[in-house]
Amino acid sequence: MIKHILKRLALLIPTLFGVITLVFFMIALAPGDPARIMLGERANAEQVAQLRVELGLDKPLIQQYGLYLSRVVRFDLGKSIASGQQVASEIAERFPATIELAWYAMIFATVFGILLGVTSAIRRNTWVDYTTMGGALVGVSMPVFWLGLVLIMIFSVWLNLLPTGGRMNIRFYFTPITNFYVIDGIILWIKEGTAKYLVSAIQHLILPTIALGTIPLAIIARTTRSSMLEVMQQDYIKTARSAGIKERRVIYRYALRNALLPVITVIGLQFGLLLSGAILTETVFSWPGIGRWLYIAIGARDYPAVQGGIIFVSAFFVLINLAVDILYSVVNPKIRLQ
Amino acid sequence: MKTTEVLEVPRIKEPTPLQETWYHLKKNTGAMIGLGIISIFILMAIFAPLISPRDPLAQEVSERMTPLMTNGYILGSDDLGRDMLSRLIYGARISMTIGVVSVGISLFFGIIIGVTSAFYGGVFDKIVMRLIDIMLAFPYILLTIVIVSILGPSLTNAMVAIGISQVPRYARVVRASVLAEKENDYVLAEKALGASNFELMFLTILPNCLSPTIVQATLGIGEAILNSAGLSFLGLGAQPPTPEWGLMIASSKQFITNAWWIVTLPGIAILLAVLGFNLFGDGLRDILDPKMRN
Repeated sequence: MIKHILKRLALLIPTLFGVITLVFFMIALAPGDPARIMLGERANAEQVAQLRVELGLDKPLIQQYGLYLSRVVRFDLGKSIASGQQVASEIAERFPATIELAWYAMIFATVFGILLGVTSAIRRNTWVDYTTMGGALVGVSMPVFWLGLVLIMIFSVWLNLLPTGGRMNIRFYFTPITNFYVIDGIILWIKEGTAKYLVSAIQHLILPTIALGTIPLAIIARTTRSSMLEVMQQDYIKTARSAGIKERRVIYRYALRNALLPVITVIGLQFGLLLSGAILTETVFSWPGIGRWLYIAIGARDYPAVQGGIIFVSAFFVLINLAVDILYSVVNPKIRLQ
Repeated sequence: MKTTEVLEVPRIKEPTPLQETWYHLKKNTGAMIGLGIISIFILMAIFAPLISPRDPLAQEVSERMTPLMTNGYILGSDDLGRDMLSRLIYGARISMTIGVVSVGISLFFGIIIGVTSAFYGGVFDKIVMRLIDIMLAFPYILLTIVIVSILGPSLTNAMVAIGISQVPRYARVVRASVLAEKENDYVLAEKALGASNFELMFLTILPNCLSPTIVQATLGIGEAILNSAGLSFLGLGAQPPTPEWGLMIASSKQFITNAWWIVTLPGIAILLAVLGFNLFGDGLRDILDPKMRN
């Protein structure tokens, strides 16, 4: 197992290197002069030339690449054109918002996905199974941004139950402590004795969580079902049943534990994908995270920000996949005992 | 003298793979529903000018946001007074084209890369697979967004971006099945008969590797429709006044307070079209994957 983990870790560096290289050259070779695009049509040639020097665009491409690489290794992603701030600190500022949303979306998806998947597998070929799997298929066929808007329409506009966007009631003059608003809400509840921040943070989380979590929920439910069905046909399940073990125990102790192995991989992969799916959800719910920031940066052609943002999200995706792979080898006895 | 009688042996016609697939497909309810939905959308796309009641681009300012079944607007009108039904019908044309063209791009490059990589093997295969791993290290949606933001936002570029970003997936699927197939004796026999590498790769081996690729492509069309809608929603795909479903949702989102149908209906159209391809693709997978069939 240790050999397997080391092998995966060794592959991490060339993969990250490849990601950085690909992003750099894709943006560098894009048609049009970034300096000209950033300054607009009205800027004169002198201003453009000056910005080119500032951005290092006057140097040969290979030298630019070398410089960029040496900076990225030191976590220096350059300065955003739009704000003049360090891209790395802009990301650090917004990342907690995205992680918070992705985290709750994933919990929502995992809990309900496994529950529905198991129920569907136990009640195979009944109306429960058909409804759940039909629902799951609809779930994966739905555009996320549309689901978000429909949720806003129903719960915010018609029923007036939940806010349409943002992370916290703007009238609260709230200064974040950890930038994870639910945690901040709990801290303030203890410190100031009012739960209003916590309540507001949760209210703002509900709709985006459902919107972002629906697709992974559907995928997890489908994977859990097919994995459960496969495991339930194994001999050791028959043995457990014939030994007179209660059906509930057979399902949850014997079958589910083994059926969850492929589900873990799917959960990890979906978590990584959530971060990029967050671009749409965050845009719909004005959620001030990485996705919305990246969307704005793309619109403004803020190349250093786009470059840095994409490298960051991709690196995170690669790391999550690695973590999932290692976790999988730890829980799977077939690999663990090799 | 003995007469020799020629015995007529009744020959059982072996079904072609296509007939066999169809035979199993007919019994798969989900797949048939999917096929039905897809057919309706394709017919809508082809006969759009004949069946749409009005011009999808014509604005009738006095009849803005007309509700459903009012003044001859079966599905109402949008914020600029354009007929929703006609726009949705023309939208089918755009979405079907996006699905087919972008999957076509992925298939073309995916097949070439997958087949050659598996066929030649060795260092070439290793390098190609490494590059594919790097491309797969990107979250897929992000990759399409990067490509479109480089090429510039337009419907054509969105199709290209979706097509390119899916190439690694198809290359992998094709490579895996070619690897399994290329060691067979019939390939050796063809080689002994003097077939060139090109003939071996694309005429001998490839036709026997198509099943998983077809499944992937069917599901891929649905996914491409979904993703192009997302790109258009972000302003990176179709541009106004194109009646693209995703764009229709994006440009009417501020009207959810007073005209629910403008946002809701295009979403349902996307949902149904993607659902059709997913149902059909799932059915095909069950049939073409013998492990699942029994």
